[in-house]
Amino acid sequence: MATATYMEAGRAALAEEMRRDPLVWAVGEDLGRGGVFGQYRGLVEEFGPERISDAPISEAAILGAAVGAAMMGTRPVVEMRFADFALCAMDELVNQAAKARFMFGGQTRVPLVVREPIGMWRSSAAQHSQSLEAWYAHVPGLVVACPSTPADVKGLLKTAIRSDDPVVFMEHKNLWGLTDEVPDGEHLVPFGEARVIRPGRDVTIVSWSAQVHVAVEAARKLAGEGIEVELIDLRTLWPWDKARVLESVEKTGRLLVAHEAVAVAGFGAEVAATIAEHLGQRLKAPVRRLGAPRTLIAYAPPLENAVRVTAPAIVEAVRDMVGRS
Amino acid sequence: MTGPSPGDNLDIKRLRAHHRMMWRIRAFEEQALRGLDDKVVLGAIHPSIGQEAVAAGVTANLAPSDILLSTHRGHGHTLGKGADSTAMMCELLGRVGGNCGGKGGSMHIADFSVGMLGANGVVAANIVIAAGAAHAIKLKREPHVVCCLFGDGAINRGPFLEGLNWAAVFKLPVLFVCEDNGFAATTRTHTMTAGAGAGARARALGLPTFELDGNDVLAVDAATAEAVRAIRAGEGPRFLHARTYRLTGHTGADAATYRSADEVAARRRGEPIGRAAEILGAAGVLSEELAADARAAIEEMRAAYGKALAAPFPPAETAFTDVQDAGDPRREAF
Ligand SMILES: Cc1ncc(C[n+]2csc(CCOP(=O)(O)OP(=O)(O)O)c2C)c(N)n1
Repeated sequence: MATATYMEAGRAALAEEMRRDPLVWAVGEDLGRGGVFGQYRGLVEEFGPERISDAPISEAAILGAAVGAAMMGTRPVVEMRFADFALCAMDELVNQAAKARFMFGGQTRVPLVVREPIGMWRSSAAQHSQSLEAWYAHVPGLVVACPSTPADVKGLLKTAIRSDDPVVFMEHKNLWGLTDEVPDGEHLVPFGEARVIRPGRDVTIVSWSAQVHVAVEAARKLAGEGIEVELIDLRTLWPWDKARVLESVEKTGRLLVAHEAVAVAGFGAEVAATIAEHLGQRLKAPVRRLGAPRTLIAYAPPLENAVRVTAPAIVEAVRDMVGRS
Repeated sequence: MTGPSPGDNLDIKRLRAHHRMMWRIRAFEEQALRGLDDKVVLGAIHPSIGQEAVAAGVTANLAPSDILLSTHRGHGHTLGKGADSTAMMCELLGRVGGNCGGKGGSMHIADFSVGMLGANGVVAANIVIAAGAAHAIKLKREPHVVCCLFGDGAINRGPFLEGLNWAAVFKLPVLFVCEDNGFAATTRTHTMTAGAGAGARARALGLPTFELDGNDVLAVDAATAEAVRAIRAGEGPRFLHARTYRLTGHTGADAATYRSADEVAARRRGEPIGRAAEILGAAGVLSEELAADARAAIEEMRAAYGKALAAPFPPAETAFTDVQDAGDPRREAF
């Protein structure tokens, strides 16, 4: 096991899958020069410009072409630079990729991966900062992955590339430089299997993507106060590990969901409602969720910070839930 | 360039085959429209009555292993590509035995076994998908051609520009066919289209373009043959702009009151099946033989309709199948 950054782990996953399967190829703007964050650096030298393919600034064509190419038996990995730009290809993803298998009665599959980096990244403002994962979790036909660690980027991206479903793969821009241990070679993380980051008896915190690291900080602080948090990283929002979360909340009796995305109609609401439906009578405190207010993300740092779900905010919510505020 | 002229050496056998195919398309749709009246064909049906020459002339030049993508008005293209009329009729009636198991209906009809990758309910969406199918063919170094048909309304959506640019930049084996019936739903397309239209736009993107009379099946056939030859030779995408006219409303439910009866009557005189019959007649094919083509087509589609009517609806559980591998919709409903 070696250490790697979140970015390098993704690059290694893609390279390994491309070596394993000649039908895997990547397409997007500026890939030949390494991609916006370096996720593709060096790959064109190994695989050539046909398989690490530069594309025109043409998001609908990039995604639409990937749909056609996937239906013809190849496995495209599509780069959208930012989740925000993927909105220019919404028809191709939601109406075409997600529906083709069903609509055509199982005659085809659309095995493509769309990489849509999400999240706040200092002063990128409203059109380069969104976390739109809940949108895709709402769409039948799509898989949604939101890895928080280099190991999970590698393991989930490899699974995504091998999957026959279209996968929306959301890396967090603030994590590109995060360094951690990454298993070598055949490391595959299945969809729908959450990771318990730390066990605890008092309250369950469910999170994903970069927010997981904020929750870790909060859980440490709470541990110092004698409150034991069980922290769960969902890793994929569809499918999501309902069983694991239910089991945890059954034990702790309390659930807080924390995510960076807007709270209103977010995936936190889905998790909260599910737990309330299944365990409502047995909960020791009402289910809580923390997310961004329903506003836009500003450029100036204090304004940007004002919408973040911070560790102190999580700490305060948990103290409140366990009656220690 | 205009389409190559069919010339004097008329291939009667081939024109007769077009005549049969055009009749099959028309009979299929007339039967489907009766099904709409009978309330067993549901949803929207978009007939291509009057436009059959494009479907027949284009698809006659495609091999079974070639790929075709169509639009909401795709029955003719699908039949031309070789799909089975009974399976198609079952699909229109939402029955077991339909190409898509009753999940698609007319607007999403597809038959992957004959390379027909789907009709599409979103105007112009098929253009970028076709470019991608051709991209895969090029990556895999296969010899197939992709043919993408769309209406004149589609040229005002972004994927038209994006898909043509993509195909041209990557020099992909795609034949784009604009089936220009002059209308986008109930609007005359030219009133909503800046500039000189489809062919001019394609030429501006560097695609060699054929402008032709889409009601002349021989012209469509000849132009497609030349375009497909160039595409197979690795010369990149080609564009066909075929002018035609739909004799019915936009859908089976559209009385088309936005145009005069005189206009339609005038266009009926130039409709493609009659024109083909006239040439065949002049070349010595007996009118009984031509009538037999029509009768055989009508019989085929009546039988298809009967079989479809007798077929059961798919079991309700199939509403939950073929969604995706990850996350079973029955287990994960809430
Ligand atoms: C993106 C999109 N917008 C609107 C519609 C509704 N609609 C269905 S068919 C049609 C007209 C399309 O005209 P054209 O492309 O010329 O094809 P035609 O119907 O004439 O064959 C419209 C507006 C649609 N299906 N998709």
